Amino acid sequence: MPNMSLKKHEMPTQAPDVRNHNFEEVALGYTAETAVEEAQRCLHCKNKPCVGGCPVRIHIPEFIAKVAEGAFEEAYQIIQRSSSLPAVCGRVCPQETQCESKCVRGIKGEPVAIGRLERFVADWHNAHSCDLPVKAEPNGHKVAVVGSGPAGLTCAGDLAKRGYDVTVFEALHLAGGVLTYGIPEFRLPKSIVQKEIDNLKALGVKVDTNMVIGRVLSIDELKEEYGFEAVFIGSGAGLPRFMNIPGESLKSVYSANEFLTRVNLMKAYKEDSRTPVLPARKVCVVGGGNVAMDAARCAKRLGAEEVTIVYRRSEAELPARAEEVEHAKEEGIIFRFLTNPTKITEGENGMVGGMTCIRMELGEPDASGRRRPVAVEGSEFDIECDCVIMALGTSPNPLIKNTTQGLETQKWGGIIADEHGLTSREGVYAGGDAVTGAATVILAMGAGKTAAEAIDGYIQKKN
Amino acid sequence: MYKILKKRELNPTVTLMEVEAPFVARKAEPGQFIILRVDEEGERIPLTVADFDRERGTVTIIFQIVGGTTERLNHLNEGEYIHDFVGPLGEPSHTAGLHKVAVVGGGVGCAIAYPVAKKLHAQGTEVHAIVGFRNKDLVILEEEFRSASSVLKMMTDDGSYGEKGLVTDALKALIEAGNRYDEVIAIGPVVMMKFVSLLTKQYDIPTVVSMNPIMIDGTGMCGCCRVTVGGKMKFACVDGPDFDGHAVDFDELLKRTATYKEFEKRERELACNLFKKEVK
Repeated sequence: MPNMSLKKHEMPTQAPDVRNHNFEEVALGYTAETAVEEAQRCLHCKNKPCVGGCPVRIHIPEFIAKVAEGAFEEAYQIIQRSSSLPAVCGRVCPQETQCESKCVRGIKGEPVAIGRLERFVADWHNAHSCDLPVKAEPNGHKVAVVGSGPAGLTCAGDLAKRGYDVTVFEALHLAGGVLTYGIPEFRLPKSIVQKEIDNLKALGVKVDTNMVIGRVLSIDELKEEYGFEAVFIGSGAGLPRFMNIPGESLKSVYSANEFLTRVNLMKAYKEDSRTPVLPARKVCVVGGGNVAMDAARCAKRLGAEEVTIVYRRSEAELPARAEEVEHAKEEGIIFRFLTNPTKITEGENGMVGGMTCIRMELGEPDASGRRRPVAVEGSEFDIECDCVIMALGTSPNPLIKNTTQGLETQKWGGIIADEHGLTSREGVYAGGDAVTGAATVILAMGAGKTAAEAIDGYIQKKN
Repeated sequence: MYKILKKRELNPTVTLMEVEAPFVARKAEPGQFIILRVDEEGERIPLTVADFDRERGTVTIIFQIVGGTTERLNHLNEGEYIHDFVGPLGEPSHTAGLHKVAVVGGGVGCAIAYPVAKKLHAQGTEVHAIVGFRNKDLVILEEEFRSASSVLKMMTDDGSYGEKGLVTDALKALIEAGNRYDEVIAIGPVVMMKFVSLLTKQYDIPTVVSMNPIMIDGTGMCGCCRVTVGGKMKFACVDGPDFDGHAVDFDELLKRTATYKEFEKRERELACNLFKKEVK
């Protein structure tokens, strides 16, 4: 008999006033007991709508059935068949718009907490199982993966499981892409990312760091000189945007990428870090996505008295996950909606002294379907701050496009790929933010998975 | 890990290292740079490629000891390893089609100017080199510059070596003497590049400067190295490091490069103290 409680089990978290002073994980995870009880809420519908909402098609009801039985390792094995990064997805996927949005229990009450269960299962496995994944029988074919973010890691994992000899090339000194440099420790502990990468290495995947493809080696060299039969480009969308307003080059203006890279990748939040981050009292973060929430919450944890998110549309249009907005509010982040910066003013010593903003109102819907914000003339006002972080989105790095002849791209820089990930070049596939522009971890993983299948088909057919 | 094959003190604050980095050496061109981390906890710092040997797979870097990282780097010896060493990054300097060029180097910037002069000289360009230092003890790469130029002007601030004066004095004299340069390439402290650019603007000589702003990733990701050129925002790591000296906003760059000065000083003292303890 299923558990008919209308609400999902709450996720235990660190108290807001405690956590906004540390970088430890906010959500603490279910206990085994809670997980079993929550799993019993699943009705095991015949048509499994939740699976259709998952970009990597995890066999959700099957793994939940195992959790309900207390067979956690078996549950893990089921997830692992479809997803290379369960501990990551259980934490950062927007389940509310994916699997959980399709859950029948959600029609009357709350859906089954699929994401929290996935996280529980992955954490349980990592804590209890020492078994390394088993290497597949080598098939003698080499594939190169450019970028070690979610798209690249998924593609690499899926190909390694099929016996391919896979090398992942990473530009930075640590693998993980946005999971490592972008998403903060308190949302995704780096030890979890490392564990997932170690699992891939155990599958035989090689990870070469400090390799900026497009500079050190070109895509053509990988294919022609190094014998890779196919290449997957999962180089992400790393180029930060700025607003082109006066004052953006003042010393204490950061792109969210720079700020988060300093804090996450280079560990500037630690006392003994050799990478500094400027101390700030009043911080303004411009933007409304998950990255803006991450930057604001990091700034608060670094000791800022006041952190304000400035967003040009209204609360309803915030692109960030509802849970992240909720967490940010609980931690004392101030939101100023319908507000757009026009100028950053200089304070002492080349630092930010304040920001001039203009009030906005929502007009007719634009191309994105959202109502377009329009400035209210004469409504300028000043916000006092000593640091500004621009979290306005990112676009793909042009390095690979510029060094790969015949690789077609969109005007805005995204690589053009068909539904299987195939680009305009034979044997060259792409997926993730490099194709779509900044999106989610799980969509990138889905693209990596699709491309792995296509690459397998391509190489099998050729040989 | 990247092995240090050779280490040489060029002057008390400037060190040369030849590093085994075959992937970098394979593609490196004058004007490009690398990013390194000394050890597992290290910060990422950019250093310009001072020389390379494709056959031996080595890259030479020359650095001035200014902060904690360069202090730590300077404590590594031949046979030891640098943890991370990635490159070549940035766009190579454009040298094609130049017939007569004045290469101006200041201080440790000479380490960056030299490979450019060498390449120009090797391709048959007439190179006039003007190098400036604060005093005789700080002079580096004199012989190298001599062999890569037809005219070498050595300048020191205090007159303890070569001629007393600034590099701009020497450049002005050469221009006034009737030398017609296709281009002036100036690499050194920001202030020096600013004044060289102001001078050459008067004579309408195209001038290229090499930017050395603060960087983290070096691949276009963080935007920390942004420089305003002709009113537009450029990233030195991917759009540069070479830019039109007549269009760069030097004053903004001067401010931005000083952002972490206090921190650098503290880190260097910290690093020094650590090494003192080790010696005891």
